[in-house]
Amino acid sequence: MLIGLFDGLFNGISIGAVLLIAALGLAIVFGLMGVINLAHGELMMLGAYTTFVVQNVFRQFGEPFFEIYIFFALIAAFFVTAGVGLILERGVIRYLYGRPLETLLATWGVSLILQQFVRSVNWVLVIGLAVFCILFFGGLWVLNRRQSAFHKWAIAALLPLSLGIAIAAGRFLADTYQLAVTRPWFGAQNVDVSAPRWLRGGLPLGNFQLPYARLFIIALTIVCVAGLYYFLQRSPWGLRIRAVTQNRSMSSCLGIPTQKVDALTFALGSGLAGVAGCAISYLGSVGPNTGQNYIVDTFMVVVVGGVGKLVGTIVAALAIGTVNYLVGSGTLALLFTPIQPLADFFTFFATTSMAKVMVFALIIAFLQVRPGGIFPQKGRTVDA
Amino acid sequence: MDAVSRLGARGKRQTLWIEVGIVLAIALFLILVMPAVLSNFRLNLLGRFLSLAIVALGIDLIWGYTGLLSLGHGIFFALGGYAIAMHIKLEDADGGLPDFMSLYGGTELPWFWEPFYSFPFATFAVVTIPALLAGVLGYLVFRNRIKGVYFSILTQAATIVFFNFFNGQQKLFNGTNGLTNFQTLLGTSVNTQSTQFVFYSLTIVLLAGAYALCRWLTSGRFGRLLMAIRDDESRVRFSGYNPTEFKVLVFAVSGALAGIAGAMYTLQSGSVSPRLMDVAFSIEMVIWVAIGGRGTLVGAILGALLVNYARSFLSEQFAEIWLFFQGALFLIVVTVLPDGIVGWLKSQGIQNLGRRKQSFTYPSLEEDPEVQQERKEIGVRSEE
Repeated sequence: MLIGLFDGLFNGISIGAVLLIAALGLAIVFGLMGVINLAHGELMMLGAYTTFVVQNVFRQFGEPFFEIYIFFALIAAFFVTAGVGLILERGVIRYLYGRPLETLLATWGVSLILQQFVRSVNWVLVIGLAVFCILFFGGLWVLNRRQSAFHKWAIAALLPLSLGIAIAAGRFLADTYQLAVTRPWFGAQNVDVSAPRWLRGGLPLGNFQLPYARLFIIALTIVCVAGLYYFLQRSPWGLRIRAVTQNRSMSSCLGIPTQKVDALTFALGSGLAGVAGCAISYLGSVGPNTGQNYIVDTFMVVVVGGVGKLVGTIVAALAIGTVNYLVGSGTLALLFTPIQPLADFFTFFATTSMAKVMVFALIIAFLQVRPGGIFPQKGRTVDA
Repeated sequence: MDAVSRLGARGKRQTLWIEVGIVLAIALFLILVMPAVLSNFRLNLLGRFLSLAIVALGIDLIWGYTGLLSLGHGIFFALGGYAIAMHIKLEDADGGLPDFMSLYGGTELPWFWEPFYSFPFATFAVVTIPALLAGVLGYLVFRNRIKGVYFSILTQAATIVFFNFFNGQQKLFNGTNGLTNFQTLLGTSVNTQSTQFVFYSLTIVLLAGAYALCRWLTSGRFGRLLMAIRDDESRVRFSGYNPTEFKVLVFAVSGALAGIAGAMYTLQSGSVSPRLMDVAFSIEMVIWVAIGGRGTLVGAILGALLVNYARSFLSEQFAEIWLFFQGALFLIVVTVLPDGIVGWLKSQGIQNLGRRKQSFTYPSLEEDPEVQQERKEIGVRSEE
């Protein structure tokens, strides 16, 4: 029974570790800009897909390279999602600062687009998008350089024109090359990422074993937290980020480029989502809906942890992950077998989905005691 | 009462009657003319969309007027649907167990199904169960002054929790498949055209009633309080009101409207399943209101109808594009058209003729010429 509990605790902590990497990004973005990024889960999904792609590339190289692909995958996932995050911030979110609810909806729109994008991405779509971007943004750049009287009209004409050319080009490609370009890269099906050999199996410890994959995830989380902590506390940009989090207008007065800080932080948060995505690709198969499974738990971590405190996020993630696993796997039900009614009660909740019901109830109850989270922000702000 | 205000009161009464006339005319048009024009299938579709408009009204009340973005209205919607569906299933079973229960090896009726034998209780439950749930959840959340994005996340989490619960309870609610295959209601077959027409008409009557209720709630002192809470809750609190009670009440009313909508939708679509509690669906409801124009009741109805027609049209034509299109819709509405269609029309000067001036809310104080004049006189320079 004790072994069961230990096993449960270990698994719970490893789930909490994944939640933690995901929530770190969300938490610093929320703490800094007050923006809840509903597309965060989809960024995780992109990270997982990046891992899948990197794995396929390294598989061609053969055995010794395949063993180390995971490190390249982590770096690639970080930079791909950070790039997407940067585009997202520059393209959408920066217009919506100070309107958190609207940002929520806009990022949900982005998440829908990303989901469908992953399902139906193929060469035609990519080339069409590239053509459109080159024509439209290139045209915009040219137009903005030389101001003319019919500037507005030129832009209005540019949009349908470049859209038309892009669609026509896509049609043409699809007709000439047929399946070679229209076949989706990933499709709606889930894909599987296989771990390198040294990550399979587990560390034998008495009667049971600790899976290496989960150990790796825990180690990864520790590295991420340490890196983030070092970045925020020691580097000049970290100082700026902390300053803007505390008082935006004052920092701006003192010459901190708040817009750059916002963009950087958002990219950093998105990059962490990518790393989390890389981690979850080792826990199960990856599909277009992968992000959705984690996103609400991640939000819960932010709500319970409180804003602007890394420690709160860490404690909340580990607690939620552990409780979720202990209840969901039925470990608690086993523990309480001597007390029949309690055991029945926990057996009722002993599935993954029912565990969420209980965790939610616990969170609501917790918020009755501490509405501001575990470590609420102190200060005189009436409306944070 | 001086002459001017008496005149104003008379004018107000006059416009009120005009409005009642317009609503009646539209309702009569929908009931009398539409059945002759549309095929049965389209009429059924219209009926469903009109019932969705009822829940949109509820969301407008809580989001547009009170500023609380609820991402959990799918729960209330589905609960209303389940309430009426449970009654129908029991009536179909004719004293025995509903068909799916015996299929999953259930031997006796769960206790909470018992009361649904009676039709009055079922209709009562359609309104009260969602309202009660919204009230309790609202009380627990608002009591701690949890608001803004936190509220949205909690409601979203609640949606996931309920989705999981209903999805997982195979014996109690037939799990993923939900309750389908309705036969009789009050002794008459529900699938005949004449019964469906009754449902359609009833939906229109209920929609008109819901509109009247919301109009009554928002036009008076209560409505102004709601807007005050939306614009600056702390001030409302400092003025001696307790915003919590009002928020709980509005949330409950809004939940009740969603329940009614769900019941009518279920009757017309012939099934209810946990899909109605999907997070995506709940967020979609919000976007109907955003597109139509939040803070305007007509906008909510208009948005619900427009988006659903666009959806049924686009997903008939190209199924994949819909998700892209929906995502883009979110982005465009939030960034370009923050006040929705009706709000945009109003800002274009197509004012509702002769109606009393809109009560300006706090942010628009900045644009008020009188305020600016005053500021100039005092010598305070407004920002920018």
